[in-house]
Amino acid sequence: MNKNIYFDNAATTFLDDAVYEAMKPYFEGHFGNPSSIYQYCQTAKQGITEAREQVAAGINASAGEIYFTSGGSESDNWAIIGTAFAKRSKGNHLITTKIEHHAVLHTIEYLEKKHGFTATYLDVDQEGLVNPEDLKKALTPETILVSVMLANNEIGTIQPVADLVQITKEYDPKIYFHTDAVQALGTIPLDVQALGVDLLTITAHKAYGPKGVGALYIKKGVVIDNLIHGGGQEKGKRAGTENVAGIVGFGKAAELFTADVVERNLKIKELRDHLINRATAEIEGIVINGSLEHRLPGNSNFSVKRIEGEALILSLDHYGIAASSGSACTSGSLDPSHVLLAIGLDHGTAHGSLRVSLGKDNTKEEIDFFIDKLILIAQKLRAISPL
Amino acid sequence: MYSKKVMEHFMEPHNVGEIEDADGIGEVGNAKCGDIMKMYIKIDGDIVSDIKFKTFGCASAIASSSIATDLIKGKTITDALALTNQDVVDSLDGLPPVKVHCSVLAEQAFKSAVKDYADKNNIDIPELRDFVPDEDHH
Repeated sequence: MNKNIYFDNAATTFLDDAVYEAMKPYFEGHFGNPSSIYQYCQTAKQGITEAREQVAAGINASAGEIYFTSGGSESDNWAIIGTAFAKRSKGNHLITTKIEHHAVLHTIEYLEKKHGFTATYLDVDQEGLVNPEDLKKALTPETILVSVMLANNEIGTIQPVADLVQITKEYDPKIYFHTDAVQALGTIPLDVQALGVDLLTITAHKAYGPKGVGALYIKKGVVIDNLIHGGGQEKGKRAGTENVAGIVGFGKAAELFTADVVERNLKIKELRDHLINRATAEIEGIVINGSLEHRLPGNSNFSVKRIEGEALILSLDHYGIAASSGSACTSGSLDPSHVLLAIGLDHGTAHGSLRVSLGKDNTKEEIDFFIDKLILIAQKLRAISPL
Repeated sequence: MYSKKVMEHFMEPHNVGEIEDADGIGEVGNAKCGDIMKMYIKIDGDIVSDIKFKTFGCASAIASSSIATDLIKGKTITDALALTNQDVVDSLDGLPPVKVHCSVLAEQAFKSAVKDYADKNNIDIPELRDFVPDEDHH
């Protein structure tokens, strides 16, 4: 029996019908360039203005602090490179963690290799949490930026960002604090005031919005260099004709999750807990990676001993179940997930990892079907394995 | 990503298992790379009369093991040793470039099993004189 079960919501989510409906007019009639002054284009401009307010409301910011971008990677690049170049007269030291998304890690590595910056990569414990004491020790008079993700994309660990911001600001209020909140948007309540961050990255497509649109929250008074140079869009900070339909979709998606982020995710968390309970009770040699307490509601990440991750993913795919793995074999590189290695898994175990990330439309029936198949697949692959 | 043939052999692999009274056993790869392949052979005269495998690894590693055992079974040792990883790749209707090492692993697992057989029986197999299984097959 083949189903069509989507358990990869941390990779991307489906486009909500209401979001699609909100976007449609901007593909059809309202194609005008928002920068033009004639009446024809005011609808496009109005759409962007409204979306900016909706996204701002979703993270408790003011509309003037939201700058639309092409997505999470651009926002991460902008926050980091923009801070580094704006503050290089003050210092050249950046602090981040070993479990960041590559959009953060590779950007900082680029600044180290090509532009003379130095960086500290904080360790995490076996649950994936940064120790605030480690941050304290890493801060130096040369530090200009701390970038710690709010929630991890692989293991779902939620960092104590508000505490880390406080430590940073007590050391030196001029150090900027950036957080990549891509995974957190729409899955946990987000409040930039409570977090105290200067810069925050979000993207629409993890929250039932369209791909190709994101935003950088830049706190009022925070000044960073531009990344994309050109026209005067986004108050002269991010050039390029706006992705109007995408921005309007992002706004609609934000409006939807702002209304029910708590309720929506309470249901998802219940399903996730059912999944973890059944998997660990019924499959021998399966362990949950990450923290049970400080975890995104939809995330589960397992190590399935004596099974290679890619073989597992393809076997699940055979039954119509879409999930993902931290196995190197899914990416074509030699090393498995840097996140799983950072929480202390050995290479062999990291190769056998399975991430199941739930979304708002998943059901208990889907989870039970998945567990039943996972039991069969584990039996079959272990029968082939010499381990 | 994979050919139909790879998926067939991955989903329903041939010659899976162990041979209790095997004449030779070869094991290559390591868990760090994500692939371990173990092959068991039975030799009858100069014929590889039976061959079985157990593999921990990705779909292409399992499919490579399966098709390699199909290609080898029933051949003379000399003919079987003449098979290369490219024969495995071709028989699978191709492998993605990053997965070609899986076919190398299958070739080496078999060669290791024959070497084990030769060593145990003090047989000199000219083709294997210089054979050293390459751990770092990536």
